[in-house]
Amino acid sequence: MLTFLQQLLNGLTIGSFYAFVALGYSLVYAILKLINFAHGDLFGLGAYIGYTVFVYAFGVVGTVLGLWGLLAAGFVAAALGTAAAGLIIERVAYRPIYPIGRLPAVVSALGMAIFLSNFIMAVWGPRYLAYQEHFIPTGFWQIGEFRIRVLQVLILLSSLVLLGILYLVVEKTTFGAAVRAVALDRETAALMGIDFLKVIRFAFAVGPALGAIAGVFVGMYYRQINFTMGWVYGLKAFTATILGGIGNIPGAMVGGVLLGLLEALTAGYISAAWKDVFVFAALMLMLIFRPTGLLGEKVAEKV
Amino acid sequence: MLLQVENVSVAYGAVEALKAVSLSVSGGEIVAVLGANGAGKTTLLKAISGLVPLKSGAIVYDGKKLHELPPHLIARMGVVHIPEGRRVFATLTVEENLNLGGYGCPKEEVKRAKEWVFQLFPVLKERRRQLAGTLSGGEQQMLAIGRGLMRSPRLMLLDEPSLGLAPLLVDQVFATIVEINKKGVPILIVEQNARKALNIADQAHVLEVGRIVLSGPAREIAADERVRQAYLGGATYERRLRAKESRAP
Repeated sequence: MLTFLQQLLNGLTIGSFYAFVALGYSLVYAILKLINFAHGDLFGLGAYIGYTVFVYAFGVVGTVLGLWGLLAAGFVAAALGTAAAGLIIERVAYRPIYPIGRLPAVVSALGMAIFLSNFIMAVWGPRYLAYQEHFIPTGFWQIGEFRIRVLQVLILLSSLVLLGILYLVVEKTTFGAAVRAVALDRETAALMGIDFLKVIRFAFAVGPALGAIAGVFVGMYYRQINFTMGWVYGLKAFTATILGGIGNIPGAMVGGVLLGLLEALTAGYISAAWKDVFVFAALMLMLIFRPTGLLGEKVAEKV
Repeated sequence: MLLQVENVSVAYGAVEALKAVSLSVSGGEIVAVLGANGAGKTTLLKAISGLVPLKSGAIVYDGKKLHELPPHLIARMGVVHIPEGRRVFATLTVEENLNLGGYGCPKEEVKRAKEWVFQLFPVLKERRRQLAGTLSGGEQQMLAIGRGLMRSPRLMLLDEPSLGLAPLLVDQVFATIVEINKKGVPILIVEQNARKALNIADQAHVLEVGRIVLSGPAREIAADERVRQAYLGGATYERRLRAKESRAP
């Protein structure tokens, strides 16, 4: 029972990371029908920007604002910096290529992913960097043998709040309706006076910003980051997107959490070495028996 | 002239869909463009609303060159294009569809326009919370027209509004078009149902493989022998009449 509860908590935490990153894939896919393979590396970039702020601003910001002020500064910098990177990538790597077709855009996305991870390596070096203890909240609550870390609560709360806000914006506001309209039928959306580029910019700013927040959390949770982290998490989050149903916001959240739970429970009851086997087996089963994903709807092709 | 289409040519790759087409719409009138499938009627409307680029020529609306603007800015100028096949956003509610019709307009204006649309089509008010994809074909056409009326239109482009509708609904849709026109909205309508379109139009043009072959007041076009033969089912009608006579004792 204890293992189960502990792994449940771990799974929800890891699942939040995946959900954050999966949303970025899903938003862009919904609008452009493009899989932004550079998204995982944008997540990595976020972790590095956060790290840089924590290390170099520790003296200044840390003493004035305290730990929580420093954390806030790191998250904001990572989110803004990565959103800017997302917008730049859209402008240079995708926009010139949209008119040519979907396949060239995917190739461009892969190229951008390779560029980004190498950019991170060139700037911060190829070695693991450590998120040090003095800029991570280390408190925890102990109930019997069950332990809840402050950081885990922070991660779960922020994913609930941020993903909830995104959900409300997309489902309940007129701008959100415009985003969904562009996803359904770009031409007719333009006839409504909706600026397609504005909607694209929304996807390429919000997705990477959420990914960056997950990147900083991952750094804090595992205490170390590496320039290849984007590839690993990108692949997992992409799997989560498929599991939940691509192009669908609640689907990305559900897929992320399910994947996290699956990993944690496999690690807890079978072996940590086997968790990826189960994750990708789940992906294959989903693709065979329900290719639209858990919450995916059957999309009628336009005639 | 409110809208002036001057020598417009449009090409899809090597295929020329419009060849030096010129026409104009002035305030308050209904202009009909008739033609068979593939004559270029839809392309003409898409060129006006900025969805397809021009190969040559110019489209001037209210003194501004439309062909240099992206479609969303053209829409915001009050040029409302109601596309063929209704194209409602199926997984959005009826009300969300209507709100998008007034996207970017002030809130009070959207509210007022919505009242007008609900008055024109009471069924949309009943179904405001339903997903647009669950409406019947006729209701979807009403939603498509209603969505276009949300941004107080200054020119309305209608593409085959009668397509796929039951005859009773066709009458209702055309009655609505006349009603909208009476409010002072000029209309450019493209139709395969030539008889209906000529009934309500002031001016008419006949489009054949990308070229305008006949233009004039709708009444004259309706009386033209070639138009009767090709678009009003004149030949079939007369043949049937003759067959009936020969059978008579």
